[in-house]
Parts: sequence; structure tokens; C-alpha cells
Amino acid sequence: MPESPHRPATYARETAEKITEIKHLPPQGFWRKYVFSLDHKVIGKQYLGLALVAVCTGMFLSWLMRLHLANPDLAIPGLGKLWPNGAPGGVMTPEFYLSLMTMHGTIMVFFVLTTAPFAGFGNFALPIQIGAEDMAFPRFNMMSFWVTFLAFLVLVAAFFVPAGPPISGWTAYAPLSAVGKDAGPGQGTGQLLWAISIAIFCVGQLLGALNFIATTLDLRTKGMTLARMPYSTWAWFITAVIGLVAFSVLLPACILLILDHVAGTSFFIPAGLVISDTLQPHTGGSPLLWQHLFWFFGHPEVYIAILPGFGIVSQILPAFARKPLLGPRVMIGCMIAIGFLSYMVWGHHMFLSGMNPFSATLFSVPTLIITIPATIITLLWIGTLYGGKLRFTTSMLFCIGFVSVFVSGGISGFFLAQPSIDVYLHGTYFVVGHFHFVMGVAAMFGIFAGTYYWFPKMFGRMMNETLGKWHFALTFIGVYCIFMPMHYLGLHGDVRRYSAFTDEYMKGDMPLHRFITIAALFTGAVQLLFLYNLVRSRFRGAPASENPWQATTLEWTTSSPPPFDNFGGHHPVVTHGPNEYGEQGPDGSDHIMQTAPAGR
Amino acid sequence: MGKLFAVLLTIITIVSATIFIRHTWWMPPDISMHGVRIDHQMAETMTASGILFVLAQLVLAGFVWQYGDRKDAPAVKRFPGGATPMVVFASILVGVEILTLTLVGSKVWAGIYQSPPDSGSLHIDVQAEQFAFYFRYAGVDGAFGGTHPEMIDDANGNFFGLDPANDTTARDDIVSGSLVIPVNQPILLSMHAKDVGHAFYVPELRIQQDFVPGLVIPLHFTATHTGKYELVCTQLCGLGHYNMKAYVEVMTPDQFAQWLKDQAAQQ
Repeated sequence: MPESPHRPATYARETAEKITEIKHLPPQGFWRKYVFSLDHKVIGKQYLGLALVAVCTGMFLSWLMRLHLANPDLAIPGLGKLWPNGAPGGVMTPEFYLSLMTMHGTIMVFFVLTTAPFAGFGNFALPIQIGAEDMAFPRFNMMSFWVTFLAFLVLVAAFFVPAGPPISGWTAYAPLSAVGKDAGPGQGTGQLLWAISIAIFCVGQLLGALNFIATTLDLRTKGMTLARMPYSTWAWFITAVIGLVAFSVLLPACILLILDHVAGTSFFIPAGLVISDTLQPHTGGSPLLWQHLFWFFGHPEVYIAILPGFGIVSQILPAFARKPLLGPRVMIGCMIAIGFLSYMVWGHHMFLSGMNPFSATLFSVPTLIITIPATIITLLWIGTLYGGKLRFTTSMLFCIGFVSVFVSGGISGFFLAQPSIDVYLHGTYFVVGHFHFVMGVAAMFGIFAGTYYWFPKMFGRMMNETLGKWHFALTFIGVYCIFMPMHYLGLHGDVRRYSAFTDEYMKGDMPLHRFITIAALFTGAVQLLFLYNLVRSRFRGAPASENPWQATTLEWTTSSPPPFDNFGGHHPVVTHGPNEYGEQGPDGSDHIMQTAPAGR
Repeated sequence: MGKLFAVLLTIITIVSATIFIRHTWWMPPDISMHGVRIDHQMAETMTASGILFVLAQLVLAGFVWQYGDRKDAPAVKRFPGGATPMVVFASILVGVEILTLTLVGSKVWAGIYQSPPDSGSLHIDVQAEQFAFYFRYAGVDGAFGGTHPEMIDDANGNFFGLDPANDTTARDDIVSGSLVIPVNQPILLSMHAKDVGHAFYVPELRIQQDFVPGLVIPLHFTATHTGKYELVCTQLCGLGHYNMKAYVEVMTPDQFAQWLKDQAAQQ
């Protein structure tokens, strides 16, 4: 085995040494450096770049949806040219609305909320935080990104097939999603592309999850015991374990769906269905099977999106409160408990699905029990702020905002977790408000907090804080104006996934719908501030020092940006936990780095 | 900076909560026998979670106000008692609340979905399809004719695929586009879908249930107020989903008997 020039001096374990010996060399040339890179930092940035493209696409789609809801007859100049079938003359058709909704949900859940907080930040920061020079399997890591990218292309291709994208929502309930084009426009090729895309996506995420688990377990540097691991690393690790199980179930489910489309099988299609006046040539399948498989993945997916946010907030709050996180071991225990419980609750999406009503009670209990660790985590964050010296950087503001929206969204879950109330609220805007707060906005706030926090480490330049604070304040007001009113709509019985409101009792709520549309357009526009800040700071931002936030973890002991092998030819030796804020450091500072001389 | 944020958070909390408390947007009046218990459960949950919501947001705002921007302050303070009070508070208070809500709530749920239908129920067969609901009454013989998917012919009004030529029980079946029911009489629906998934939702009746292709799902309730209400589909079923609806007409028993007679004469 040839000796690598970057071979580190010390290792935590023998296994780590074996893996590291076959690690790749520094990249040569443009392609290996920026495109097909094996470097976890580049791959992390690639994931974040993909998520940025995806989130802009998803938000643009939601703008179109909101415009259509505010005025279904609205003609948008130019839209007719872009989609002659979906929006003839610029006026969107009901089915086009549904395809926007399907693509919005799919893009946001898979390509933003899964990629950015987990694969993006995790790839960039996890190896550095544990003192490794790269992920355990760099080639798998590269493959995981490019496979995910391919999945995105396949999904977006659905926009360009003649019948357009699928219209069955991001949950793709069978048989609407399984019988093909008879079920409606987009349900043929569009839906098939959707299923193929998600199957490919699962492969990418499985590779990523395996890599995260192996890296965390095997590549920790000397002294980086599990108890000294940063909370963000803990969260990515737990998320990887959840993802490994969840995507292993979604992958075969998608394959079965593809087979129903192309091979004439009937996994999800029962006998005797008459669709578009045609008796379908299927027999013996079960629509509930799809729902069980999908939600067995789908509920843990909520935690795949939000747990990295838990970790990021738990890591950033103490850094800007200048005091240790309250109850770190309790925090980690609660995250593990949530991960474990997330597999026992999928049926709460199916209270009214026609499954045995007795099981509704069984699924309701663990769902409500999750509230206990979630409440403890929230209280620990709030308690961390108590008595601190809060520094309101943009990153900190987004962390506090995260706590606020997580509380708002979490509490509305109280209602939906009870079958007796779900009877009324299921299928209404209350659900839309709930999950957007708790999994959409909260996770996005975690992404923003992470971006403002790690940007200096990624690019060696600081982001503009003034712009950042405006970005936070306007976004915070905006999201409450969008998603809180959705709870009111739901209480009034307004049904989700409607492209227009023709029912008498819903027509009266149109002013509230228009208010939400204005708030959504406004909040979307505010994100341009963020984009501008991102691009400007990348090239013109003030140079960042090694540790601009006076944080304690390992990524702040190396240069900004870090060298190719993260620590310049040596591996750090860890002697402290990640939580030592508010303590007198060796240099008179108010924190102790994880690598500070031992014995303090 | 911190103080401004704290004020903003407080305003958002108060405005959000006030709209809930004032019932600016709220459930329509209940017209069902079981609904009063759902409304009660909703009110209890709203009170409990409303208190938690306001408390959590205001304490968060308070800490942001109190501990922000104090560079020159003396050393940071630890939360009194550490993490233990948080764990105890969350486990006991939230735990007790959850236990109570679950116990009471599961009784309400069981009362609707796990209890057997009243033996004197009026049995109505419901079919959901893209994008309409059809309701079938058994007619004078009290028996429903068999359904044959291959005989479904919407153009000729044979929505259920009945075979009156060979099936005598099918001959007097009454099919309607509205769900017409007598007030204060238990109703038992047999719900099935012709094509894809749909759902049955009448906010005033406080009831919602999916139609699942391949399954016949029973649903029972009793309406306590006469009137005309909207029935809407809440399960995404295709391009016309937003427009899939029917009316529920709750009549006095006499009116209902007359309506049934008129329908029988017409069909």
C-alpha cells in the first residue's frame, strides 16, 4: 500500500487506519476538483447547490399555486408559452395546479429538506467535526450526490413530457398513481418518471446514510468519544440510521409502483375498477399497501428533515448564548427516542384510510408520546437561553426562530394526533399549516442558521449580517402570515389540494386565501435578499478568520476554508466536549476549544 | 435588536392566539349526534395547547428580551436545577395531558368508528367516482341489487353496474345524486369507490372517511338538524377533485318518505 502524503499521525482506531490508508489523493484538474470530486466538502457544497436550485424551483411553483388560488382565472403573461397545455393563454388549468402541487411537494421534501440539512451540511461538517480527513467511502459519497442529481433531472423531465407532470401529490396514493394515463393527465409517463426518480433518489440516500454511519463510528479522531461528539454530528448520525431504514422501504415500494405501470402487475390495484369508462385489467392489489409502505417511510422522513435542524440549533444556540447547552445527554437521548418512535406512528396518516379503526388508537398513543421528548428538547433550548449573553447574529436569530416555529407547528400536531379530532381536520388546510411549520419552515430555518454559521468556513468569507438580519425579520413575519392562517382555514373546513373553491362555505374564505397569497409572494421575494447576500459574500465578503464565532468544535480549529485533508496533514486530538462555553479558556476567552490542552 | 425581536414575537403570539380565542374562523355548527363530543374534545385540546403555545412563545420572547446584547454582564447563569425540571415538567405535565386526551379521545373515536351501527339504521350504498358521489337506497324490497363493474355505464345512468334484467332485487333500487336522509334516524353508509380513492367529508356532520377502491367501508351517524349541507371530497382523486361534491339534505321523516316515493315513481 503506497503511503499517502496526507497520512495522519494518529488514529482513534485500527479500523480507521485501514480505511484511511486507501484514501484518495488531492484532486488534480478541474473535473476531479469541482465536478467528480471525492472531497466531502465539495460534495456537501454540491448537495447544497442542488438544494438551492431545487428550492428556487419549488418556491416558484408555490408562487404559481398561490396566484391560481387567489384568482383561478388569472392570466399570467408568458406562462402559456412555457406550458401551452398546462396554462393555455396563461390561465392555469385545474390539472396543472395539481401537477404544480405534486412537483412542489416532491421537490421540497426530497430535494430540499432531505438533501440540504442532512446530505449538504452533514457532508461538509461531519468529517471535520469528528476530526477525520474525509468520509469513510469517498467514492460512494460522490456516487450518492450524482445519483441524487440524476434523480432530480428525471423528476424535472416530467415537466417536458406531453401530458405533463403527475397530479397525484407527493404521496402518490394508489390506484390514482398506479393505473397509468386513464387516471388523468400526467398519470402515465409523468407519474412513471416520478416513481423512477424517487427510486433513484432512494439509492443515493442509502449510499449517503451508510457512509454517515460508517464515518461516525469508525473515523473519529483520538479523544473524540461519543460523549464528546458535537450535537450536530449526533443528529446527522441518528438521521442516517433513520434514513437507512426508511429509504430501504420506499425503494421497493417505488419499484412495485413502476412494475404496476410497465409490467402489468397489480400490487396496488384491486379488481373491478372502472376508470375513464374502461374496466382496468388488474386484480388482487391493495391501495392500502402503498399507503403503509409510503408512510412507513413518510413519517420518519419528517424526522430526516427536522433532526439535522435539532442538531444544528443545539450546536449554534450555545455558541451565541455563550453558555453550555442545557442537558446535552438528555438532548441526545431525546433525539434517539424520537428516531425510534418515528417508526411506530406512520398509521396516524391513515386514521381515516379504512384500516381497522382499532389501529387508529394504537398509532395515536406513540404519536402523542413523541410530544414528550419533543417538549423536553424545546425546553432545553429555551433553558439554554436563560442567563446567557445572547449574540444576535443572523444564525442565532434563525435558531431562535426555529424554536418558535417548531413550537407553533408542533402544538398543532396535538390536534392531528388524536383520531377523534382528525375526523374533522384531516384533509383540510390545518394539516398544510401544521406540516409546513414543523417540517418545512423549521427545517428551512435550520438550513438558514447553518448557512449563515458555516458559510465563513465553506468559503473563507463572512456573509453580510445587516442583510441577513433583514432577511430573518421579514421571513419570520412572512411565514407566520402564510401558515398561521392556514390553521384557521382548516378549522373552518377548507379542503386542501383544491385548485379553486367552488363550495359555498369555502368561497367566503377567499379574502384569507388572497392574504396568504400576498404573504407568500412577499416572503418569496424576501429570499432574493438571501440569494444576493450569498452571491455577493462569496466574492466580496470580508475575509473570515479561523474561528469567527468563537465556537469550540473542530471545524473552527482549522483554516477557513479548510485544506483538502481538513487539518493540514495531522489529526487533532480531542480533550474536551463541544459544550464548554462560559468557562475560562486557556487564553482568557470564555470558551474552551475541543482541542485545548487537557487537564483543564 | 433582541428587544425588537422579543416584541415582534409577542405580537405574533397574541394576534395568532386572539384569532383562535375569538373563533374568528371556526367549525360550523354541529348537526350530528356524535359531534358534541368531538367539539368538546376540540375545545379541551385547544385550551391545553393554546396555553402551552402562548407560554412557550412568551417565555422565549422574555428570555430574548432579558438576556440579549449584554456583553458587559457578569458570568452567564445556569438554569436553576439544570435539565431535570425540564424533563419532569415535560413528562408529568405534558404526559398527564396526553394521557387524558388520549383516553377521552379514544372513547370519542370508538363511539363513532368502533361501535356497531344501530340495528334500525337506514342503509345507504354510496359510490364515489371521478368526480361525483352516487347514493343508492334499497327500495321497497329492502335489498340491494348486486353490482357488476363491467356493466357500469355512466352515459345510461347505470352508475353502480346493476343488472335489473336478471336481478330482481336491483329493479327497485333508487339512485340519487344527493344524500337525502331523515333527521334523527341512524344512517349506515356502505362506501365504495369505482375508480380511485376519494373521501366523504361533511364539516357540519363532523365526519370524514376515505373511500378505498377494493374495500366496502361502513360509516354510521345520525343527523340532528334538518337542512341542506355540502358534502365534499377530501382525498386527491384527479383533475376535478376541487369540484367533486354533492348535497346532504336532512329532512323530516315525512318529507323523506315522500321524497323516497317520488324517486321510486321516477325511476
